[in-house]
Amino acid sequence: MIKIEHMSKSYGPYPAVIDISFEVLKGEIVGFLGPNGAGKTTTMRVVTGYTPPTEGDVTVGGYDVVSHSLDVRRHIGYLPETVPLYLDMTVMDYLSYMGEIRGMNKSWVKERLPKVIDMVKLGEYRNTLVGRLSKGYRQRVGISQAILHEPDVLVMDEPTIGIDPIQVVETRELISNLGEEHTMLLSSHILPEVSAICKRVLVINDGRIVADDKPDDLSEKLQHAERIEISVRGAEAPAFINAMRDISDVVDARSDQRASVVQRSEREDFLPFIVDARPNVQATETIAKTIINNGWGLTNLTPLPMTLEEIFLELTTEENLGE
Amino acid sequence: MRFISVIAIKEIRTYFASPMAYVVSAAFLAITGFFFVASVSDAFAEASIRGYLAGAIFFLIFMSPALTMRLLAEEQKLGTLELLLTSPLREFEIVFGKFIAAFVTTMVMVGLSLYFVVVLFVYGDPDIGPLLTGLFGLGMYAAATLAVGLFASSLSSNQIVGLVVGSGILTALTIIDFVSARLSGTAAQVLDAFQLGASFSVFDLDSFGVAEGGHFADFARGIISVTDIAYYSSITAVFLLLTVLVLEARRWR
Repeated sequence: MIKIEHMSKSYGPYPAVIDISFEVLKGEIVGFLGPNGAGKTTTMRVVTGYTPPTEGDVTVGGYDVVSHSLDVRRHIGYLPETVPLYLDMTVMDYLSYMGEIRGMNKSWVKERLPKVIDMVKLGEYRNTLVGRLSKGYRQRVGISQAILHEPDVLVMDEPTIGIDPIQVVETRELISNLGEEHTMLLSSHILPEVSAICKRVLVINDGRIVADDKPDDLSEKLQHAERIEISVRGAEAPAFINAMRDISDVVDARSDQRASVVQRSEREDFLPFIVDARPNVQATETIAKTIINNGWGLTNLTPLPMTLEEIFLELTTEENLGE
Repeated sequence: MRFISVIAIKEIRTYFASPMAYVVSAAFLAITGFFFVASVSDAFAEASIRGYLAGAIFFLIFMSPALTMRLLAEEQKLGTLELLLTSPLREFEIVFGKFIAAFVTTMVMVGLSLYFVVVLFVYGDPDIGPLLTGLFGLGMYAAATLAVGLFASSLSSNQIVGLVVGSGILTALTIIDFVSARLSGTAAQVLDAFQLGASFSVFDLDSFGVAEGGHFADFARGIISVTDIAYYSSITAVFLLLTVLVLEARRWR
């Protein structure tokens, strides 16, 4: 449904997206994962026909986004990152207006609107001014306008940003349900969110796609190293590091240089280390045993979850090594 | 065409659901009312709407941009322009729809002031010719000023910028004879051809003047000239086109 071939987009001299290619098939839900400023929004704006690409070809449902922009826009439902709402209209008025602008006739709007309002559970607010709604409900209004005209392709830019955790869960559920009927491109900077909703993840960083995989495979790939935070008492740093490096499952060991940890260690008489190991149970066990056998006091052994930034770092550095 | 009417109807509803239309109409009625009364209350005064027209076209320099300043600036501020531009709408449909809404609202405002005409017929014997051409001219003039205002509104997401730029362009076209008076020959003639029509001599309580060489003078006198119609139509068309181009250029940024 969406086909992007060697697309680049620059704002003046600043490249936002550099030579990306991917395809989203009919019925697929694809998550677009990346830190802020990675090029997610730009890519979505190109796909929705808001802004033309600087280079390359982008088609949606077989229509070129530049030469057949109107046809593309007829087939797309779009929820931009800042939910665009007319605050002085009621929910019903706003949605009818959006429907008509999307080319629906009045009777179609009349028939479709109650269904959509039902689907997003906005029933009791149908005559409330949009400006009076909470952020989560505004998000639902935003989603409603995107799905109202039954588009083939749904493009959603950070649909759960800035709403409270309970509403996030509800919104995710709603989006998952929508995915059963629509081809969907959804952006996020939260990995678990993308894993929960999408069957395929594109990771974008600095305007380039650095990974294209199933969410499970992606985390598995990233799990080739586990980072463990260790604190020991009574050890010399070089001796400890050497002992760790001798363990077969350990990839690397070094002193923990993070300021907060170093400060704490000065007060409490222990040495902090970071150990990267292969992600299996034996590794952790062996590390613990080695420390005990050496007569050091083990005060802390915590596997650290990888932050999104580290994942990007991982993916991008890996890419560089491969080149 | 359907999209133009959808947008126009939405904007007209927004006008009358918000204080803007009422505030501007009230100010317009009060100010033009003053000029009307002042121009017909002297002994042996002419039973005409000359004073009303002169006051109206002068203050539309500020009121038209005040009415249009929200139309495109707010869409940019709220981000709803992104929705409009990703809907199957063409830029000119957005611009036309909004222009028509502003024009209809202005005509409602002018319509409210037509009781002046009724007053004239009750207490005097006005000449119908200049009355009709004057009102027709007012419609053309309003369209031109609204187009300039709409263009100014498209330039940024700040409504005040829209108001200042719009009024600025219209004021420049109004005081263009200050410049042409200091020039001679072709240059002066060319500048004079752009004179919008209003004049500061509106504040001269003996004449309630409009710009003598301007495009409104003939309308006020009861003459419909092709040149004047062409002038106001061109201003309207050029600024609407510029607005469309500004919206299209936004895509390429």
